[in-house]
Amino acid sequence: MFPAQITYHRAGSVAEAVQLLSSNEGAKLLAGGHSLLPLMKLRLAAPAVLVDIGRIEALKGVSASGGGITIGALTTHAEIASSDLVKQHAPVLAEAAALVGDPAVRNRGTIGGSVSHADPASDQPTVLTALGATFNVTGQGGDRSIAAGDFATGLLENALEENEVLTSISVPSVPSGAGSAYVKFPHPASRYAVVGAAAVVAVSGGTCSSASVVVGGVETTPARASSVEAALAGSDLGDAALDAAAAAVGGDLNGDPMGDVFASAEYRRAMAAVYVRRALGAAASRAG
Amino acid sequence: MTVPVEITINGKACAGDVEERQLLVHFIRENAGLTGTKVGCDTSQCGTCTVQLDGVSAKACTVLTVQASGSSVTTIEGISDGVDLHPLQEAFWNNHGLQCGFCTPGMIMAANELLRNNPSPTREEIRHGLEGNICRCTGYQNIVSAVEDAAKAMGGR
Ligand SMILES: Cc1cc2nc3c(=O)[nH]c(=O)nc-3n(C[C@H](O)[C@H](O)[C@H](O)COP(=O)(O)OP(=O)(O)OC[C@H]3O[C@@H](n4cnc5c(N)ncnc54)[C@H](O)[C@@H]3O)c2cc1C
Ligand code: FES
Ligand code: FES
Repeated sequence: MFPAQITYHRAGSVAEAVQLLSSNEGAKLLAGGHSLLPLMKLRLAAPAVLVDIGRIEALKGVSASGGGITIGALTTHAEIASSDLVKQHAPVLAEAAALVGDPAVRNRGTIGGSVSHADPASDQPTVLTALGATFNVTGQGGDRSIAAGDFATGLLENALEENEVLTSISVPSVPSGAGSAYVKFPHPASRYAVVGAAAVVAVSGGTCSSASVVVGGVETTPARASSVEAALAGSDLGDAALDAAAAAVGGDLNGDPMGDVFASAEYRRAMAAVYVRRALGAAASRAG
Repeated sequence: MTVPVEITINGKACAGDVEERQLLVHFIRENAGLTGTKVGCDTSQCGTCTVQLDGVSAKACTVLTVQASGSSVTTIEGISDGVDLHPLQEAFWNNHGLQCGFCTPGMIMAANELLRNNPSPTREEIRHGLEGNICRCTGYQNIVSAVEDAAKAMGGR
């Protein structure tokens, strides 16, 4: 299987990538290529021009920044899974990165490509939404920031303009005393998330002071579980409280439900309650 | 249209003029003539095309040749000195870790990275490290035993 004919450009800088995107109609960025090239081989995507950003060093790596970390868009899943800074500030991101695909996929796939691809079965969009991350982008019109929860706009669609490049992701530190967790029901063949659940719960004086819970894989974009969050707030985070909170997720999943030959929409919804319960249990046990 | 590329494969510079859409696995097999690297699924899932790309394992069916231009690649042909087998090759042989052998080059390349990162893995860790490699013959037991054996031979425990 080959992709259709393409013209390939290797961008040496973000500015050059923006310029190449602007001057080539229908051009697409190429990062790790582990979502785009499979689509091109199947002719589900056929961009005439590819702009390879894979060698732009400025887009790689994790650094500490006021109150959190900044992750370059080209940082791979393998680098995130093993980064001490990530483990220290946002351990749930490292936990999720280690669950992506397989070792070779984690060596090539990038966090920027993962969120830009906007596949609801991906892991990091769910986690970054729960963490309240911000996506930093650069385009012809200058720089701007987009909240993680506003970035995916539909199935494989994102909020970027045609000439914009996602350059980095700012992730606030999980507050001390809070616990975080990501659990997924991996598809048995691809290991993409049939259902994924991310939870961050903060505890103060023995009760839950705040919670952030997001579910992936069920709707076309990561779904915030507001009813679960409301049920957790003020609770003692005991088993009964977690059971009741997780059961409330059904009320949060009313958008576009997805179903396929492997898992129907109804099954995904049922599994969402199960995986949210597991994520809450793990996050609560790590809090305090 | 073709473009010039140069990739160092197993320490040797390999230059060529290739279509921009060519996949690295085809450059390795057809331009460099190294047919140890296989194409199994072509959909990024089976791992028979696994090579080392700039020091880490990668599925060569999911990388464009032009993307890899300027990089270094190690294939199954490059892991031994050409006289003695690599300990992983020896261990796959001794443990009957293959039947048809189609998955073996990819298994060995993936196992090589696994042992580099974790010189004495448990059987569970071996299975986890080979998650991206599919074998349709062996049922994996002997593959796991082979990697365990190779780890010992390579001094991991
Ligand atoms: C076998 C297999 C299993 C996988 N399993 C999982 C899994 O379990 N969980 C999971 O989450 N993912 C999984 N993936 C996907 C993997 O994580 C991809 O690497 C990732 O989704 C895309 O990253 P990439 O760097 O390869 O992006 P690419 O494929 O290069 O690009 C993807 C899309 O994003 C755009 N893009 C890339 N970078 C930028 C940027 N900086 N700014 C703007 N747009 C950009 C591209 O134009 C393209 O449209 C799997 C992939 C494979 C092949
Ligand atoms: S041929 Fe590359 S993963 Fe199967
Ligand atoms: S030995 Fe035949 S596929 Fe593994």
